[in-house]
This record gives sequence, C-alpha cells and structure tokens, in this order.
Amino acid sequence: MPEHVVDLDRRTFLKVSAVAGAGLVVGCGICPDLPTLTASEDGKQELIPNAWIRISADDRVTVMVKHSEMGQGITTALAMIVAEELEVDWQKVRAEIAPAKPVYKNPLAGIQATTGSTGVRTSWDVLRKAGAATRELLIEAAAYTWGVPVKECRAVNGTVVHQPTGRVLRYGQLIEKAASLPLPQSLVLKSHQQFEVIGKRFPRLDTAAKIDGSAVYGTDVRLPGMLTATVIHPPVIGGRVKSINATNAQQMPGVRHIVPITTGVAVVADDYWRASQAAEAVEVQWEASEGQRLLSTDRIRARWAELAKTNGRKVKDHGNVGHAFAAAAKVLEAVYELPFQAHACPEPMNCTVHIHDGVCDIWAPTQIQGGTQEIGAIVTGLDVDAVQVHTTFLGGGFGRRASADFVAEAVELAKQVKAPVKVIWSREEDIRNDHFRPASYQVVRAALAADGTLLAFWHRLVGNEWLDSFAEAFMPAYMPGWVPRPVKNAVTTVALPITKYLMSAKYATINAGTVGYAIDNVRVEYIHDNPGVPVGLWRGVANTRNAFVVESFVDEIAAAAGKDPYRMRYDLLKNEPKLRAVLELAATKAGWGKPLPSGAHRGIALDDFDGTPVAMVAEASVNAKGKVKVHRIVAAVDCGTAINPKIVEAQISGGIAFGLTGTIKGAITIKDGQAEQSNFHDFPVLRMDEMPEVEVYIVPSTAAPTGIGEVGVPPVAPAVANAVAAATGKRVRTLPIRPEDLV
Amino acid sequence: MLSLSVNGKTHSLDVDPATPLLWVLRDTLGLTGTKFCCGIGECGACTVHADGKPVLSCQVEVQEVAGQEITTIEGLRGPVADALRRAWVEEDAPQCGYCQPGQIMTAAAFLASNPHPTDEEIIAAMSAVLCRCGTYPQIRRAVRRAAGR
Repeated sequence: MPEHVVDLDRRTFLKVSAVAGAGLVVGCGICPDLPTLTASEDGKQELIPNAWIRISADDRVTVMVKHSEMGQGITTALAMIVAEELEVDWQKVRAEIAPAKPVYKNPLAGIQATTGSTGVRTSWDVLRKAGAATRELLIEAAAYTWGVPVKECRAVNGTVVHQPTGRVLRYGQLIEKAASLPLPQSLVLKSHQQFEVIGKRFPRLDTAAKIDGSAVYGTDVRLPGMLTATVIHPPVIGGRVKSINATNAQQMPGVRHIVPITTGVAVVADDYWRASQAAEAVEVQWEASEGQRLLSTDRIRARWAELAKTNGRKVKDHGNVGHAFAAAAKVLEAVYELPFQAHACPEPMNCTVHIHDGVCDIWAPTQIQGGTQEIGAIVTGLDVDAVQVHTTFLGGGFGRRASADFVAEAVELAKQVKAPVKVIWSREEDIRNDHFRPASYQVVRAALAADGTLLAFWHRLVGNEWLDSFAEAFMPAYMPGWVPRPVKNAVTTVALPITKYLMSAKYATINAGTVGYAIDNVRVEYIHDNPGVPVGLWRGVANTRNAFVVESFVDEIAAAAGKDPYRMRYDLLKNEPKLRAVLELAATKAGWGKPLPSGAHRGIALDDFDGTPVAMVAEASVNAKGKVKVHRIVAAVDCGTAINPKIVEAQISGGIAFGLTGTIKGAITIKDGQAEQSNFHDFPVLRMDEMPEVEVYIVPSTAAPTGIGEVGVPPVAPAVANAVAAATGKRVRTLPIRPEDLV
Repeated sequence: MLSLSVNGKTHSLDVDPATPLLWVLRDTLGLTGTKFCCGIGECGACTVHADGKPVLSCQVEVQEVAGQEITTIEGLRGPVADALRRAWVEEDAPQCGYCQPGQIMTAAAFLASNPHPTDEEIIAAMSAVLCRCGTYPQIRRAVRRAAGR
C-alpha cells in the first residue's frame, strides 16, 4: 500500500481499494474545511463539500468553475472531470463561474485568470480529487444512515447503493448526514481504463442558453435604476481631455451626465442609444504630444529596421553560431514582419458597476477576476474583499478581456455618478482602443553545408510584449489581498521595470530559433522596444508571430537545400517524438506527397504551444488576381488526455478560423497616432464562404491534459504561406497575405 | 406613442421613433437575446424577423417596422425553429455564443424560404453572419441537418 494513505478506521474502503489496485491513491489536499450545509438562492438546502462542488436536496450538482467561459467549453470540460469521479447523472450537472476568491487562483497565471490555455491543465488534478472526495463522503453518509460497512456501499449515477440489500439513497437525501462528516484524507482515483465520462463527446452545458437568447453576457446585465454609458476615447493613443463642450449633448433627451474620466469622456444616459447619440454631439478638445500624434506603422517599422541592425540580448545561444556561419557553404537571410492585430470580440468591451453600502459590485465579461477585483479596490479605495466580481458569459475573449482597462473606466464612472452604471463601447471604440497583438520585426539567418545540412539558425526579434500594458495594470493583483496599498505600490514601482525587462524577452521569444529541431548552433536575440501602442494577449500569443517566421523560413531552407519540407522537418525532429508524431499524423492524413486537384498546393507547419504540439497541412490555391483560397486544413494535436474530443476539435477548428483572419484578411495599421481601422468593413473577419474544410486528429494519450484553446492558431499562417509559396513560387514574409504581392 | 408587436405581444412605447429596433428590443423591452456587435449592419448578430423576413435590427428604425410582427430569438417558434435548435444542440454549434441568435434567426428565415437548400446556398446565406469563434463548420452541418439532409 502506498505509504501516504491515511490510516483511519473509517477509511477501510480506501485501503481495500488500494490493495486491489483499482486506481491511484492520493492525498486529498483540497479540502481543509469541513463540509457545510447552506441555503441556495432558490431556498433549497445545499451541501458544500469543498470549494468546487455543491449538491442540492433535489440532486442538482453545481460545479464551481474558476475560469471564464468564452466559448472554449471550460464549463463543460471541468464539470466532466468532476462528474467522472462523483458518479453523477450528467443531466443533473450545471456549472457556475466562481467569484473572485483566493481559492480560485489560477496557479499557472499567479492570479485568478483565464489565460495561456491553462484552464483544464490547472483543474485536472484538483477537480478529480474534489469529485472523488465528495463521492466518498456521500458513500460514508449512506453507510452511517444504514448502519452498514462502507465497503458494502457503492456510488452509482447520483445514488449510493447498498450492494447486499439493494437499498438506494439519492445524493440529495444524503446531504444533511454528509455535512456532519469530515472529508476523507486520501482517495482512490480512477484509471483511464475506468473512465466513463472523460474522453466522451458529451453535450456542452451552455448550448441551450446560447440558442434561446437566455445566456447573459456583460452587455445584457440589467440592474434597478441602472444608467447606461458609452465612452469617447482620444483620437490619438495616449491623448488627454483638454476641454469639453457638452452644451448641445446635455440637452438631448435621456442624457444624465457628461463627465471626463481618466481615459476620455463618459456620456451617461437612460439607455445605450441615447448615450451614443449624445456622444456624437459632444465636442472635445484633446491634447497629445507630438510623438503621440505622429505615431504610425511606417515610423515604427523604420525604427525597428534600424534597431534590427544592432545586437540584441541573447536569449538562446547553443553551440557556436559564429563558427557555423563562417564555415557555411550557403547562407540564407530573410526579414519577416508581423502587424498589430485586433481581437474583434463580437461583444464590445463593457462593464457594469454598482458601488453601494461599502461594497463594489462588478459585472464583467472578464478573463481576469483577480485583476478586476484589484482594480476595483484601487479605484474605489475599498478593501479587495469588498469588491465582488460577477463574471458573465464572454462574447469572445481571445485575450482581450485579460486586460481590464474597460473595468477601470466603469468603476471610475460609477464612483462619479453614484448610481449603477453599465458602460458599453461602440464597435469603433472597441477596435481603435484594443490592446493589440504586438507587431514584430524579425530577421532570420540559416547556415547550410554544401550537402544542404542545416548548420545554424540565427534569429533576431524586435518589438515588445503584452507585459508592457499588462504588468502596469496588474502587478498589485499578484500580491495577497491583505498587503497594505502603500506596500503594494512600493513593490510595484521597484518590480515593474525588472518584470517587464525579464519577462518580455521570455514571452516574446517563445519558439524563436525553431521548435524542437535538432540544430547544433542556434542563437536568438531580442531587442525590446515599446512603440507606445497598447498591447495585450492575443489568442496564440507570441507563437502566432514566431511560428509564422520560423516555419516559413524552414520551408525557405528546405527549398535552398533541395529537400522536401515535410521530410526535412521529420528528420530534424529526431529528439522530439511527440512533435514528430503530430507532424507525421498530419502529413499522413493529408496525403502529403500525393497529387492534388489542379491548382491546389500543400504547405505544412508545426508549433508547440506550451506542451501541446500541433501540426497542420494546408491546401491552398491562388487565382490570377492573387486571391488565396484555402480549401482544406488537416490538423493533428497531442493534448494529453482529451477531456471532450468534440470540444477539442471545435477549438482547433475555431483556432484555424481565427488564424486565417490574420493570414488572409485583416490587420491593424497605425497612422496619425491611431488605428486606421474601426469596424468590420475595414477590419474584415473570415466568413463562412472562406472557411476551409477542417479535419482534426487527436493523438490518443493517457498523459495529463494540456491546453487546447489557443493551439489551433499559430500553425495556420505558416502552413498557408508555405502552400502559397508552393503554388506561386512567391515567399510571403508579411501578413496578411495581399493579392498584390502574389501577381 | 408607438405600437410595436414583438413575439406575439403588442407594446405601446414612448420612444424616439428613429431609435434602431435593436435598442428598443434590448433596452426598452429587455429582450437581450438580440445582440449588439458592429452597429453598422456588417456582422448579422442583431438579425431578427419582421413579418418573417430577416432584418438587421441595428439598421432599422423602430418606426419602419411598427406595423409588422417582430420575432426575436426569444420568441422563435415552429417546426423550422425546432429543427434548427435540435440541430444546433446535436452539433453543439455555439462556442462563445454571442452571434448564435443572429445565426439561428438568419438560418430560420433562410430555411423558411428555401427548405431544401444545396450546400452552396447554405454557405451563401450563412456568410451574412460573422462568427469570430469560427463555428462555421458546425453551423453549416446544423443547417444541413435541420433541412433534413
């Protein structure tokens, strides 16, 4: 028997199970508190065995989800993990987004947040244990009720059965007894062979509410006495209000307040339409520095092209790159450029705030409950605990809602107008004031031997990273809530520049200098330059830039070496069996090397998103006008245990659509200090008639689950660009691909 | 006062007659299933029916549809709606879900006018509604399934 099984008399069942080898015995470790009974909102009694589960007298099981639901299916996935061990009827399971509390912190993010595709990864272990512990508690409650040994009882589909007599008690009938018992201290978890829920194509829990109009997003929040506001932001990034003439706007019907806030001018009315009409009638004089007014993509590019000629900070330096280039028979060099990208969440940025009775209630479609709570505390001056975060459904997140600029505005405004207020941005404000995917300027070089062997890979990246906007806003949120504000401020002042310096290089160079390829000499250099454009997390983060550069350049290398791009990658992955397996799976399923219908060509690309390898083969053709048509994308992914393969497939397929928008549709350009784009007419998003056929293959695995939400994005651009190069002989080194570059 | 019939119920409304139907539905009547997304008629998220025909509610003044029967996602009923909702569930089409009311309202009006569409017709009709999550394959299959194919 494993030594960490706690030897309690009443845990006889566990010892027997462990000896029988039915599964994995683990310490519980999640349940320091005793189970409690409480009344739920509808007055029904509920058992709360731990922070993750509630069971009502009528057998309803509520799973508390520490993450935001923005479409990635996290509510369903986490509920399935609980249901597997809890032995419960799926029809009785519902999910609830957790409030902001220390227990719901995301251990990989260091703060309560849904970022970095970490939801399932960070919940897998704790939720299996929570489910198993609760099941054991209910079994024990039944055994006590019947006066029989625990080992004679079994949990089956939301009930406990006394096997010798066939007596049955529903979970709901056991909650009072269970509340009087302590949670078990050690558990037996199922093995993969025993899974009945995990790995199945279970229906999503949120579909019903999303097809009858009842799902509540941030924009749908309604409170008694609530006012609705919109915000006019400066026409130049970083600009400030100089003066406001609201004489006409103030006279318009339904208009309540027109007030300056830190980030612009808020127009508050009885409803959104009146606020937005009045906003158009407000005349604002703005002030901005010359540098802010002249900021443009062209200027940024010019500066980065100069910076790229200087030495950067060495982030990776394997072997001897200098010697390898000196000894090379052939040297390749290329410059790649990536633009700023907008998130274009379908639900524009919004937030509702009510400050009352020493409490600040925030309803927000947010990916960052920890940061939202902290910002509420900073702006109101209240304690962190007095700020309550109610997370609605998110109408898209994609990383945009990991910033909380829109939350800060709503709290500031609610403080001023002394009423519950909902702030909604127009689409134009949403696009122009996005926290964009950072642009980047990258130079790559390869040294080849006479026989085509890749001797060295050299990679220099210029740009900045989401931390430049993010760390500033959220550093205090990483400290415990009880730390006094002056201390938080002092620590922030000291730690901010160091954090930005160290972490930006780390995050900006993910998978730079190739991913997993066996190359003896590799150097990656990073030059950090913040051009003054707000940046943030964007689905797929730096991988979306670096996979495009590296995987496109690898195809350039293959062409120069006279090698097949798939075979060359395969050979270079000799030390990376997981990466090699997805590459081979994608190539095989796509029929790599077999002829395609005339006009279509294939391109292949690979990425490793924080432990989730993904490979894609794209089939594309280019017409006489240079228009790219992507016909089919075959993807292979290894995400460890796939909790729900249907959701995994949907995430890869959705990631492909997101990636294609950045590959063949839109980009953000800056001119005269502001984004030139403002809505879907000039920031076009992929439509159904541009969506390729998608096939997703999941590598079977019993390893712990890894992330899936972002991994579908990075390989899309290089796979399509490589297919375009195969079709036209033209190498794409900037995105999005423009028809004029291909004719 | 302006009279507006929504989901079979007639409302007397004290609103500016030039207010877009979208904001009357959402803010005045509290029917928040119809979504605000682009405000310029580019994305289709705000699609509702006026006398059974799809309209972009952000582009229609409420006075223009005062005499017509408005149907929103909350009030969408009937055999086509049932078939669509079943198909949407079977495909688990929504991800974030924000555009899905507009997708379903568009699909319902489309299937009512063309009960046996080809794939090309489905794609042409449904390309009117943007989905940033990229649920297009699921939606395409769901519409096909709802059409009995």
